[in-house]
Amino acid sequence: MANILKMVAQRLTLGLLTLFVVSLIIFLGVELLPGDFAQEILGQSATPETVAAFRRELGLDLPAHTRYLDWLGGIFQGDFGKSFASGRDVSDLIGGRLLNTLFLAAVAAAISVPVAMALGILAALYRNTIFDRTINVFTLTSISFPDFFVAYILILFLSVSWNIFPSISNVSSDLGFWQHVYRVILPALTLTLVIIAHMMRMTRAAIINLLASPYIEMAMLKGISRSRIVTHHALPNALAPIINVIVINLAFLVVGVVVVEVVFVYPGLGQLLVDSVSKRDIPVVQASCLIFAATYILLNLTADVLSILTNPRLLHPK
Amino acid sequence: MAQIWKLLKSAPPTAVFGMVVIVLYIFIAVFGPMLTPYGESEIVGSQFIPRGEQGFILGTDNLGRDMLTRLIYGARNTIGIAFVTTCLAFLIGGVLGLLATTLGGWADQLLGRLVDVLMAIPILIFALLILTITGTSVPVLILVIAVLDSTRVFRLARSVSMNIVVLDFVEAARLRGEGTWWIITREILPNSMPPLVAEFGLRFCFVFLFISALSFLGLGIQPPTADWGSMVRDNATLITYGDITPLLPAAAIALLTVGVNFVVDWFLHKTSGIRDDK
Repeated sequence: MANILKMVAQRLTLGLLTLFVVSLIIFLGVELLPGDFAQEILGQSATPETVAAFRRELGLDLPAHTRYLDWLGGIFQGDFGKSFASGRDVSDLIGGRLLNTLFLAAVAAAISVPVAMALGILAALYRNTIFDRTINVFTLTSISFPDFFVAYILILFLSVSWNIFPSISNVSSDLGFWQHVYRVILPALTLTLVIIAHMMRMTRAAIINLLASPYIEMAMLKGISRSRIVTHHALPNALAPIINVIVINLAFLVVGVVVVEVVFVYPGLGQLLVDSVSKRDIPVVQASCLIFAATYILLNLTADVLSILTNPRLLHPK
Repeated sequence: MAQIWKLLKSAPPTAVFGMVVIVLYIFIAVFGPMLTPYGESEIVGSQFIPRGEQGFILGTDNLGRDMLTRLIYGARNTIGIAFVTTCLAFLIGGVLGLLATTLGGWADQLLGRLVDVLMAIPILIFALLILTITGTSVPVLILVIAVLDSTRVFRLARSVSMNIVVLDFVEAARLRGEGTWWIITREILPNSMPPLVAEFGLRFCFVFLFISALSFLGLGIQPPTADWGSMVRDNATLITYGDITPLLPAAAIALLTVGVNFVVDWFLHKTSGIRDDK
C-alpha cells in the first residue's frame, strides 16, 4: 500500500511540475518571440513616446521575472490581469464562459461515454459480424472527418431539414437546465461523434484481449452464455484500461470544444480564445491557454493515477 | 514493374479506393490552373449564384468568385502546405529521435524531457498561443505546426530505433569506427522505415485536418488564397438555407483523409507481417 501511495505522489509531483513549466512557457513564450507588442497595437505611426507610455501603462517596462511572479501570484487570487482590447478584467470575461464550456463538455461526455461503452461491448460480443464491421468502418471514417464537417452535416439535417434543434446555441444564464441542454445538444452531438470512435475501439480491443485468457475459456467450458461472460467476467477486468481511455478522451474533448464552439456561436471559452487570438489580446489568450492546458494536464494526470489505483497487481505486492 | 502491378492487384478495395483518391488529388493539385478558365481570386459574377446556373458548375461564393476554381486551387494550397509541414516535422522529429537513441545518455534525456513538456500542452492551444504573438502567415504556420508535430514523430522515431540500436550490426558498425551520421542513415534508418512511412501518412492527415481547422477559425491560411478550411467558413451562411455548397470543401478534406487512412491501414497490414488466411 505504501508503494502505491508513493507512485501516486510521484505522479502528482510530476504533474504539478509540468503545470509550472507550462505556465512558464505560456508566459515567457510571449517574451521570447520577436516583435514589440506595444508597437504592433499602436501601429507604425505611433511616436516612440506614446509607445513608451503605453508600455509603462501595461507594465511591459518591468523585467520579465517580476511580471511573471506578479502574474502567477494574481492567478492564485483569481486575478488574470486586464484585457488589452477591452480593458476589462480577464477573470470577468472568462468566468461565465468557462462554466458554459464545462457544461458543453459535460453534456458531450454524458452522451458519448455510455454509448461508446455499449457499442464497444456489443462489437466485442458480435466480433467479425456485419454489425462489428459496420461500426468499424463508421468509426474509421468519423475520425478522418474535420470537426466542422461533422458539425455542418448535423446542422443541415437536424436543424435545417427537420428543424428539431437550433443551429445556433445562444445561451444565457436565465435559461432553465433542460432548455440549456436543448440548446447545446447539436454541439454536444458533434463532439460525441468526434471522440466516440477512439473510446469504442479501445473498449472493444480491451475486451477482445481478455477473451483469449484461460479463465474466460474456463467460463466458456462451464457453459456460461457469451453475453454473461462478456459482462460479468471480461468487463470488470477490462475496466481499468477503459477508464483510462475515457479520461484521456475527456481531455481531448476539452480542447475539441474550440472549433465546435465557433461553428455553433456558443459563448464558451474556446470562442473567446479564438476571438482574442485574432485581436492579439495577449492577457486573455494567456489566461485561456493556461486554463485549457491545466484542464488537459489534470485530466491526463487523473488517467495516470486511476490506472495505478485500478491495477490490483499494485495493491498486493508479492 | 510486374511485381508492383501484382502488389497493387492484391490490394483490398478500400486501399484501391484510397490510392485512386490520392492520385486524383495530386493530379488536380499539379494541373489545377489548366483545369479552369478563371483565376484563383478572380471575381466572375454576382455573389452566391446557385449551382449549375450561368455556367458556374458549383456556383459562386460570398465574393462572387467561381466555387469550382477555388476548390481546385484549394487542393494546391491546402495539400501543398500540409505536405511541406509534414515533411519538415519528419525532418526535425526524425533526425532528433534517431540522434537521441544513437547518442543515448544526457542528449536522450534532455530531448525526452523537452518533448514531454511540449506534449503536455494540447497542440491547438499551443499553436493559438504562438500565432497570437507572431501573427499568421504561411511560413510561420508551417514552422509552428511542424515543430509542434515533430514531438510526436520524435517519440515514434525514438521508440522504433530503440530496438534497432542495440542489435549486433549497429554495434559492429560502431566498432568499425563509423560516425554517428553514417550509422543513423545507413544502419538505423533503413531498418525503421515501415513504421515511419505509415506514420507519415497518419501525421499528414493530422496536419491537414489541423491546418484546415485553423483556417476555418480564420487563423490559418489567409485570404485571398483559396483554402478549403476558410472556404467553409466564408460560405457557411448558405447552410441555413439548406444549400450544401459550403460542405463541398469540407467533404474534399474528409475524402482525402479517409483515402490516406485506408492506404495506411493496408500498408501497415502488409508490413506488419500479418498474412491473410489464404
